[in-house]
Amino acid sequence: MSNKPVPRVRVPANAKKDELIEIKTLISHEMESGQRKDAAGATIPRKIIHTFTASFNGKMVFEANWHPAISANPYQSFFYKAVESGEFTFQWKDDDGSVYESKAKLTVA
Amino acid sequence: MTSPMIVSRRDALCLSAAALALAPGLARADAAAVEAELRKLYGDRKAGSGKIKIDVPQIAENGLVVPINIEVDSAMTEADHVKAVHVFADGNPLPGVVSFRFTPACGKAAASTRMRLAQTQNIVAIAEMADGALFSAKSEVKVTIGGCGG
Repeated sequence: MSNKPVPRVRVPANAKKDELIEIKTLISHEMESGQRKDAAGATIPRKIIHTFTASFNGKMVFEANWHPAISANPYQSFFYKAVESGEFTFQWKDDDGSVYESKAKLTVA
Repeated sequence: MTSPMIVSRRDALCLSAAALALAPGLARADAAAVEAELRKLYGDRKAGSGKIKIDVPQIAENGLVVPINIEVDSAMTEADHVKAVHVFADGNPLPGVVSFRFTPACGKAAASTRMRLAQTQNIVAIAEMADGALFSAKSEVKVTIGGCGG
């Protein structure tokens, strides 16, 4: 893959205490399944993002382990119950060892 | 997709993959492979029905991008929450699709993603609760255009 994966995350900036918020994430990535063959018939090696994690103020909230069956440009949404103000850290872990990261602030009134 | 006059490299790959898919002997997971994955995770433990809901389209026009939403009925407290949900597909080259790991901080045990399906097949999801109880559900998706061999 020639382009560096670009994560995009949608998190509401503000929430009321105990409000349930939905977090939507997307990252550009080919998610090469390791099942496809190139024109010469050779298998194209697998290269996917295998793990997505979300933590809030350093505490784990949600994790997804993706298999090659996950579509290119993987989308992931999940929920979080707003308790206190702080910052989300989202991480995507690639088969090649790269880690892509994105952060988002949440203010709880 | 691209205009019908031009066959891009990607489409050519898809076509050859589709041709391969029709050839006999190509490895595909089946219901037994999903069973084996479940046994690897949970041994002989039995899963109940209910609580877990799989939301997938009945008919997927494009097997490359099939939305899936999983929701498990749970209070999501320290004592009673969903620890994990595993999703399998019995007609893909590999049975595994995704595993979600929830914490009480989620507040609601629901998550959505998008998957590839090579053909019409069953989606199986199993939820593991904090007390060790298991719940599973199954849903069929009809795929009109396969996932291009991945």
